[in-house]
Amino acid sequence: MTAIKAVEVSHLTKKFGHQTVVNDISFDVQPGEVFGLLGPNGAGKTTTLRMMTTLLKADTGQVKIFGHDTIKEGRLARSMFGLTGQYASVDADISARENLMIFSRLNGLSRQAAKQRTAELLAEFSLEHAADDPLKNFSGGMRRRLDLAVSLITRPALIFLDEPTTGLDPRTRTQMWETIRQLVRQGSTVLLTTQYLDEADALADRLAVIDHGKLVKVGTPAELKQQVGGTKLVFTVSERAQVATAVRVLAPQVTTAVQQIGQQLQISLNQLSQLAPILAAINQAKIEISQLSVQEPSLDDVFMTLTVGKN
Amino acid sequence: MTIQTHNSNVLMNTSTMAYRNLLKTMHNPDQFMDVIVQPVMFMLMFGYLFGGAIAGGVQAYLPTIVPGILIQTMLSAASGSGSQIREDLDSGVFDRFKSLPMAHIAPLAGQLFGDVLRLIIATITSLTTGYFMGWRPEVGFGWIVVIGLLAILTGWALSWLFALVGLLAKHAETVQSFSLMTMLVLSFMSNAFVPLKSLTKPLQVIARFNPVTGVITAIRQILATGSWTQSALLVLVFDLSIVVVFAPLTVWAYDRN
Ligand SMILES: Nc1ncnc2c1ncn2[C@@H]1O[C@H](COP(=O)(O)OP(=O)(O)OP(=O)(O)O)[C@@H](O)[C@H]1O
Ligand SMILES: [Mg+2]
Repeated sequence: MTAIKAVEVSHLTKKFGHQTVVNDISFDVQPGEVFGLLGPNGAGKTTTLRMMTTLLKADTGQVKIFGHDTIKEGRLARSMFGLTGQYASVDADISARENLMIFSRLNGLSRQAAKQRTAELLAEFSLEHAADDPLKNFSGGMRRRLDLAVSLITRPALIFLDEPTTGLDPRTRTQMWETIRQLVRQGSTVLLTTQYLDEADALADRLAVIDHGKLVKVGTPAELKQQVGGTKLVFTVSERAQVATAVRVLAPQVTTAVQQIGQQLQISLNQLSQLAPILAAINQAKIEISQLSVQEPSLDDVFMTLTVGKN
Repeated sequence: MTIQTHNSNVLMNTSTMAYRNLLKTMHNPDQFMDVIVQPVMFMLMFGYLFGGAIAGGVQAYLPTIVPGILIQTMLSAASGSGSQIREDLDSGVFDRFKSLPMAHIAPLAGQLFGDVLRLIIATITSLTTGYFMGWRPEVGFGWIVVIGLLAILTGWALSWLFALVGLLAKHAETVQSFSLMTMLVLSFMSNAFVPLKSLTKPLQVIARFNPVTGVITAIRQILATGSWTQSALLVLVFDLSIVVVFAPLTVWAYDRN
C-alpha cells in the first residue's frame, strides 16, 4: 500500500461553540474512485467538506490531498482539486462566459488559454446559447452546470461536489450523473456528498455514512447493504388464526427468528435456495398466503438503520 | 491533456478581481447611483435651495458647496466598499475564491483598487456639475487636478476603514446603516455646507475636530490661493496615516474570515 491516496482524512474534528459538528472523522479516498459522504441534514457533510477544501480550519486533525497537507502546503493542495459547493459559488451579477473567464484567469491561465477553455466548457455543458445572459435568468440546472464547469477549468484530478443534484429535476439529475461518470472515465477522483440514497447507490464506489458528526460506517454500497441484513422474504398470512402455525412450521427452515408484524411475516434469507423448502412447508401445512415478495436490502435500510438524524 | 497554468501572482490576481468588480458594476449600473446621481442631485438641491439663505446667492455659495459635496461624495463612495465586501463574503462566490490556488489577498485588493475608479467618476461628476452651475475657480486647471487627487486619496484611505467595518460586521445591513450614519454625521457636522461660525458653540467644537472639516478647508484654501498650503500637507499626512494604520488591520480582519 505505497500508492498515494487521493485524499487522506485523519481525526478531523470541528466544534461550533459547544456543539461538536464533526467528531473525529477519518477515511481515505483512492485515486479514480467515486467516494460518497452520505448523511441526513445537519450530519456534518458540508462542514467536513469545507475543512477538506481549506475553507474552514479544523480544530484538530489533518487532511492530505495526493499526499500534500492542506495546511502546510495549502496552495499546492488547492491547485489539485476543484470544488462545487452546496450553494451556488458563481457570480450571479455577471454572465456565464465572464464567470468562466475570470475564474480561468484566477486559476492562472493565460488570457488566450482562458478564452479557449471558456469556449470548451460552455460547449461541453450546453451553456453556449446563454453564455452572455446574466445569471439571474438561469434555471437551477444551468447554474449548477456552470458551477461544475467552473470547478473543472484546470481539469483537476480530484473534484469535490457538495450535493451536486439537490434541487434538480429528474432529467437534469440524470444528466448530472452522466457528467460525473464521464469525469471518472477521464480519470478524475470524485468525492461527493448526498442525502439521496439512489444517488449514492448509482454513483459511489464506496460510501461513508455520517450521522451527528460521527462516521458510522465505511464500505461499498453492497457491503453496507449486507450489514443491515441480506435478502428478505416477506408475505402475508391470509387467515389470522394460521399465523402462529406458520411461525411454528417455518422455525426449522430458517436460521434467524421469523419476524411477525400483524399478519405479515418477514424471513431473512442467507441463500435463495432456502426459498423452495420454505414455500413447500407452507404449502404442506395448507396455509393461505398473499402479497409475497423477495426484497433486496436498499440503501434506505442502511440509512434508516445507521442514522438517527437531527430530529 | 493538462491545462497550462502559471504560478499566478498577486498583481495578476488583483487586476482580475478589479476587472470582476468593474464587470459587476457594468451589469448593475445602479451601483453608479451614489457616484453619479447623488452628487448631481445634492449639488443642485443644496445650491439652489440653500445658496440664497447661506451665502446670499447660488454663485457666492458655489466655492463653499463644491468642495463640500465633493468630499461628502467621497465619503459615501468609500462607504460602499464595506457593504460590497460584506456581501461578497456572505455569498458562495467567496468560498470559490478561497479554494483557488490564487493570492489570498486578491479579492480584497481588487475591491480597493476597483474603488479608485468609482472615486474618480465621483470626483469628475461633482466638479463638472459645479462647473455647469457656474463654479469658476480662479486657479489654473492644474490645481483643480490637485484637489481632485487629494479628494480621491482621502476617499481611498476611508475605503480601507469602511472595508474593515465590513469585515468585522456580521450582516450587510449593519454595514449599510453604519456607513450611512457615519457619512451623514461626518459630512453635516462639518464646514461642508455652512460656515463654522454659524454653528452653535458645542457643534463648532465637534466640527473643528471633524477630519472632514480639515480636508474641505485644505481644498478651499488651494482653490482660493492657488498654492500648496500647510493644511493640504496635513491632509496628505492624515490620509497616508489612515492607510498605514488601517491597511494592516483590514488585511488582518480579512485573514480572520
Ligand atoms: N458556521 C457555523 N456556525 C455554527 N454552526 C454551524 C456552522 N456551520 C454549520 N453549523 C452546524 O453544524 C451542523 C452540521 O452542518 P453541515 O452543514 O455540515 O451539515 P450537512 O450534513 O451538510 O447538512 P445538509 O444536508 O443540510 O447540507 C448543523 O447543525 C449546523 O447547524
Ligand atoms: Mg450540507
